[in-house]
Amino acid sequence: MRDEATFRVKAGLAEMLKGGVIMDVVDAEQAKIAEDSGAVAVMALERVPSDIRRDGGVARMSDPAMIKGIQEAVTIPVMAKARIGHFAEAQVLEALEVDYIDESEVLTPADEANHIDKWGFKVPFVCGATHLGEALRRIGEGAAMIRSKGEAGTGDIVEAVRHLRAIRSEIRRLGTLDDMELATAAKELQSPLDLVRQVAAEQKLPVVLFCAGGIATPADASLVMQLGAEGVFVGSGIFKSEDPATRAAAIVEATTHFRDADRVAKASEGLGSAMQSLESRKLDEQQLLANRGW
Amino acid sequence: MVVGVLALQGDFEAHSKMLQDLGADVREVRVPADLEGLDGLVMPGGESTTMTLGIKREGLGDPLRDFVRSGKPVLGTCAGMIMLDREHLGVMDTVCRRNAFGRQIRSFEEDLEIPGIDGTVRAVFIRAPWLAEYGDAVEILASVDGHPVAARQDNMLVISFHPEIAGESRVHELFLKNVAAQ
Repeated sequence: MRDEATFRVKAGLAEMLKGGVIMDVVDAEQAKIAEDSGAVAVMALERVPSDIRRDGGVARMSDPAMIKGIQEAVTIPVMAKARIGHFAEAQVLEALEVDYIDESEVLTPADEANHIDKWGFKVPFVCGATHLGEALRRIGEGAAMIRSKGEAGTGDIVEAVRHLRAIRSEIRRLGTLDDMELATAAKELQSPLDLVRQVAAEQKLPVVLFCAGGIATPADASLVMQLGAEGVFVGSGIFKSEDPATRAAAIVEATTHFRDADRVAKASEGLGSAMQSLESRKLDEQQLLANRGW
Repeated sequence: MVVGVLALQGDFEAHSKMLQDLGADVREVRVPADLEGLDGLVMPGGESTTMTLGIKREGLGDPLRDFVRSGKPVLGTCAGMIMLDREHLGVMDTVCRRNAFGRQIRSFEEDLEIPGIDGTVRAVFIRAPWLAEYGDAVEILASVDGHPVAARQDNMLVISFHPEIAGESRVHELFLKNVAAQ
């Protein structure tokens, strides 16, 4: 019997992206550059996070015409972002047959209490998380892939490191607890007990974990891979740098060879200037994107 | 018995884990030197465009061709099946059609019969290819909707689906049996 859109099929695509780099692109030309540089997928959006940050206003789902143009330009998977809780945007993206929907805090949230019920969709979802409880709540809602949030559009890796370390150390801690303590941990994490038990036993998330938010250099990619990310998202870091194609290929190389410092060093040579950066700690509370979602 | 898993990108960890659970020693292959002394090789699923670029960047094209031609067992799944065809490494007399079933929304799983394996195998197809063309040396083992999704030629076994995602170990057992018989 044939079964379409099972959770295994949804989470399986993320398995195929492991060890790879997913790049933000705003048009077909950038998508082609990303594909030719070795990206495993592209994220189609009208403005990269650093521009959303600069421009302000309400950030929404992209123009379907732009997404279609990108789908025609490349053969790698095409992802696109919907606002948190905006299930109608997600329905539109499903109708466009994007390969993954990112229910993203980088766009302006549409619902202050609820995330999308992702079980009802055939297209898989990736969601951001700053810690384990948030990740497990998203998986409980049907997310088939998790990315750490970082602080998008800053080029500052510090928040990505904080979130990855939080997720990884909370996973390790669950491994030390007995059954009664796991029930308490589930309550504290505000997460489904069955998922908490699974994470404790397997010492990993039940879905693939990528890192996003602030990656701008090959060494950034190596750092987060060594901290336990299974691949990386790069947003403003590529097409806001001096030489996008060269930097994109270098970040791909460093993601594959993340434990090999000689290769990361070689990949880091002569890339020109990185994106213009913002120090996360100096941003006002209102400017922070990572605390959207809960 | 040491089996290599091409680890440039893709679901190499799922393959490694399955092979280890079946008792094999596994080595991840990222550069040509990693191929030395291997008794068999798995080329995993992933993104075929990315994998093609990675093979070129690492200078792995000729070493991989030499490995296949040495006669040691090779298992290619999904993108790995594409890598072996005429338009990529050119070691198998096949041409793959990429994303042949459609975009992710058309990905599916179903039960397949594979010669040499009792009962059915739960086959997970993710943006999967099929064989669009193949020569006389290629033996087709299974098809879906009339399109070949599993085949064999000499020491190469290729499948366009993912037993490692379904926790289905019998294809890997078959492969390891071939490795042990060398």
